[in-house]
Amino acid sequence: MKRKVHNFCIAILIFFSSQLFAADGKLISTPGVTQVEGSAGGGLVPWAQLAGYASRDEYAANIFCSQGKVDDFRLRSCGAQLNLFDRVEFSLAQQWFQVDVLDTEIKQRIFGVKARLYGDLVYSQWPMLSLGMQYKHLQDTAVAKSLNADDTSGTDWYLAASKLHLGAIAGYNWFWNITARYTDANELGLLGFGGPGENASLQWEASTAIFFSREWAVGVEYRQKPDNLDLNEDDWADVFVAWNPNKSVSVTAAWLELGSIAGSSDQNGLYLSFTGYF
Amino acid sequence: MIRLMPIWMVILVLLSGCAHNQQQTLFDKLGGHDGLTNIVNGLIEQIGKDKQILHYFRDARVSRFREHLIDHFCAIADGPCQYTGDNMTDIHTGMKITEKDFNRLLDLLINAMDQQNIPHPVQNKLLARLAPLRTYIIYI
Repeated sequence: MKRKVHNFCIAILIFFSSQLFAADGKLISTPGVTQVEGSAGGGLVPWAQLAGYASRDEYAANIFCSQGKVDDFRLRSCGAQLNLFDRVEFSLAQQWFQVDVLDTEIKQRIFGVKARLYGDLVYSQWPMLSLGMQYKHLQDTAVAKSLNADDTSGTDWYLAASKLHLGAIAGYNWFWNITARYTDANELGLLGFGGPGENASLQWEASTAIFFSREWAVGVEYRQKPDNLDLNEDDWADVFVAWNPNKSVSVTAAWLELGSIAGSSDQNGLYLSFTGYF
Repeated sequence: MIRLMPIWMVILVLLSGCAHNQQQTLFDKLGGHDGLTNIVNGLIEQIGKDKQILHYFRDARVSRFREHLIDHFCAIADGPCQYTGDNMTDIHTGMKITEKDFNRLLDLLINAMDQQNIPHPVQNKLLARLAPLRTYIIYI
């Protein structure tokens, strides 16, 4: 069933992304791509940009599907975003987390809202600033409970600052982002929320990228993570390549270094993500 | 992350190697006066075919617009010119140019520079100098 849903999302995405009306008021590549929790961002980190090509006078809807496959786990995530007048972003994501050792799958649903507080990624003097929220609801709670997580749902709050500097590094455009997140989620919430170690805490996330052309960017991300379950949960990092051939579709590939997840160490692997913009 | 750092450092070092060219001005890199004339001609041609933003230019005299734009680009790119046209606010007041349409003009400018084979980093340098003008142009 989940595979069907996943394939269905990808099929719809590919079909529609080349067609139809599309908001196109931003410069190409500037909306960023979609992170695993459904917000506009990189792969792991939500950025200040709001999803899609909507400018202040437009709205935009996008759909995305992503897969990260590391040694002992696989995370699939599909969803949609709505950008209203480049002021507010709403997002919905469905995650399927496959745990090989337990031969089980954990599903989680995430509803996100992000509001642009200040600025523009390219034009404003100071970095663009956005405030976001991700409400996460675990649909399969057995694993979280067995690990002594406090809750099976939780809310992350984050403040993100981003800027694209035109021609900043040897004439190439340079992007950076810093996100501060207040969260009690264990491994994105897939292993529940809070635990014996700690409850909510402040975590830092950062990304940077260089655009080698209008369409191609190469970057890195870092995401600090809490360790509420006393399982030595590690920080996450990735190196990514993003391709925005036009204002209708983006493709991102990344190498993930996720460290230890639920006691399984050295979890590395590939990530692939598509977003279609309308 | 520690293991990823070397890759990143190598990219940065490679890039900084490209940074130190001759003492050319941006104006030179854009092809001097001829280069700018070609870019502006290409831009005007594209605007003429663009349904989205052509209407803003309905009352503009093309020859005057061409001349002033070449001068403006030349001056902004450290070339031997002086821009003698009106300031950005005066020109654009009442036009109510949107964010979307401003970006559209940049898209067309990028196309025009692509047509003239202006290297990507040189294009960015010009865009970086034009970007701060946006605040004097849109929504007025």
